[in-house]
Amino acid sequence: MDLIKELWTFLKAKKKLWLAPIILVMLILGGLLILAQGSVVAPFIYTLF
Amino acid sequence: MYILGVSAFYHDSAACLLKDGEIIAAAQEERFTRKKHDAAFPAQAVAYCIAQAGIRPDAIDHVVFYEKPFLKFERLLETYLAFAPRGFRSFSAAMPLWIKEKLFQKTMLVKDLSEVLDDQVDWKSRLLFSEHHLSHAASAFYPSPFDSAAVLTLDGVGEWTTTSVAVGQGRDLKVIKDIQFPHSLGLLYSAFTYYTGFKVNSGEYKVMGLAPYGEPKYAELIKDKLIHVAEDGSFQLDMSYFDYATGLTMTNRKFADLFGGPARQSESELTQREMDLAASVQQVTEEVVVKLARGIARETGEKNLCLAGGVALNCVANGILLREGIFDNIWIQPAAGDAGGALGAALCAWHLHHEHDRPSPAGRDGMKGAYLGPVYSDEDIEAALTRCGATFHKLDEQSLIDRVATALAEEKAVGWMQGRMEFGPRALGGRSIIADPRSPVMQKQLNLKVKYRESFRPFAPSVLREHVGDWFEHDADSPYMLLVADVQSDKRRQMTDEENALFGIEKLNVPRSSVPAITHVDYSARIQTVHQDTNPRYHAVISGFHEKTGCPLVVNTSFNVRGEPIVCTPEDAFRCFMGTELDVLAVGNFLLLKDQQDEALKENYEDRYELD
Repeated sequence: MDLIKELWTFLKAKKKLWLAPIILVMLILGGLLILAQGSVVAPFIYTLF
Repeated sequence: MYILGVSAFYHDSAACLLKDGEIIAAAQEERFTRKKHDAAFPAQAVAYCIAQAGIRPDAIDHVVFYEKPFLKFERLLETYLAFAPRGFRSFSAAMPLWIKEKLFQKTMLVKDLSEVLDDQVDWKSRLLFSEHHLSHAASAFYPSPFDSAAVLTLDGVGEWTTTSVAVGQGRDLKVIKDIQFPHSLGLLYSAFTYYTGFKVNSGEYKVMGLAPYGEPKYAELIKDKLIHVAEDGSFQLDMSYFDYATGLTMTNRKFADLFGGPARQSESELTQREMDLAASVQQVTEEVVVKLARGIARETGEKNLCLAGGVALNCVANGILLREGIFDNIWIQPAAGDAGGALGAALCAWHLHHEHDRPSPAGRDGMKGAYLGPVYSDEDIEAALTRCGATFHKLDEQSLIDRVATALAEEKAVGWMQGRMEFGPRALGGRSIIADPRSPVMQKQLNLKVKYRESFRPFAPSVLREHVGDWFEHDADSPYMLLVADVQSDKRRQMTDEENALFGIEKLNVPRSSVPAITHVDYSARIQTVHQDTNPRYHAVISGFHEKTGCPLVVNTSFNVRGEPIVCTPEDAFRCFMGTELDVLAVGNFLLLKDQQDEALKENYEDRYELD
């Protein structure tokens, strides 16, 4: 939670709130990539791309 | 007030401790862990700093990290967005690392500090973050001998910034402009380091050393196609030739096509082409640095210039900058790379966050000769050498100096470990290998039999400050070996027509002066001036050599082999002594001779470290 709060404060201070949805998508994508390293979700990744 | 600066998690992690603004200890983690460029949290360097100060961990008022991880994350995301869909491979390599670890650097730092120091202290409330280039600028300005100065920082990349210009006055330090990623002089140099077959982040020195063997044939091509340089020195790269913004290599096929072939394979034979490429990128770098300096001098009106960032370790460019006379004085932070960021971050907290005044430096720098690392007492050394099974002689200081000076005059290679270890990449007479510069075979011998490194690499001289002007076209302090100047013309040897006609590496075997071991093929030398007040024992041994030979300088190279971090402890020194063809080792007041050591203690050292 701390991290999300700090990220939000950072984006507000930098006037880059428009990055928030992009960060969210990238974090999800990145999260999937981590899971894909365990190979179970790998097919899901392929359907995304 | 105690402030601990920390740099970590990318390369060259380090720690530095300030007491009321005075630098009392600083060291790189690699020296303790024996892993070159170690990027891990600098646990042992932090522990050393605390021990050196003789304080308990809860006496530390602030811990300052040298950069801002969120800013770096923002740069990564915006770069991937700007180049999408290119760069997915790099994205897929980088993102998991960030999501798992790097985004949580604050948490990681708190955890590491609790583990290493004291888990009862609320480290989170004591943690501060500085910006990467502000840390560099602070490390260059605050310890400098100037009351006011312009500050130029140049490196690969920090968060966004690759080049910054700041002005320092008293305790104030303001960044007035910067150049941002992906346009980077450091990364341009690294691209050529990669393309000429050397390792990025460590092979840049080799490119600089290789440059004098070549002709700058490609300099115009580089300026035509790769980099646009404006009159004030600001620059822009044509990113269609580079891969580093989104890929996993530095250069791409278009770059290879431009220079007529693929990148050289690491450790394959060096050809004239690599030498010409090195000479070309070196010349372009020098031009950019000089133009930047002229622009900064015009804009700020300052008479002094401070430099930091990895590019400031390019001592050839620094030497040219000095000779151009754009600024009256130049001072370069000896730990100009990321390790020095730990120092700068701590100084930012002291002067900028806490607004403490900076006393006038009165023309003296605050780095204490860069001798900021661990020191070992005679008792520690004797115990360590005994544990190692060494045969040694305990001498008084004068006898030790006489014996070492005599050994040097007899062309012996000496391992010299004395006093506190240096902070920064250069060995400055605390952890050095020293030798006779007059010997025509010394350069080759040291490279191949002691350092186990490429034969083309030059060696640097340590010269008594009082005599530097007699031997080099340079008559100022250069205590940190960060300036290059030519050997005086009366010390040079006239070349025959045949010798002049030689090309590339063939030039290496021709002695060029009365001190050939430290004279590079273009008559240049990377000078360290040795001062009685900062390193009296080193000064005394060179004076002893001077008395015996009439030569007030010695070869000085770092006490390590290729790929190994510079030695830190007496054990490290003894291991390196036994693994190489060093003849003599002087550690504190103890003298060791190779021919008196037990043969069984010799080890195969050449393959022990991964090549850099």
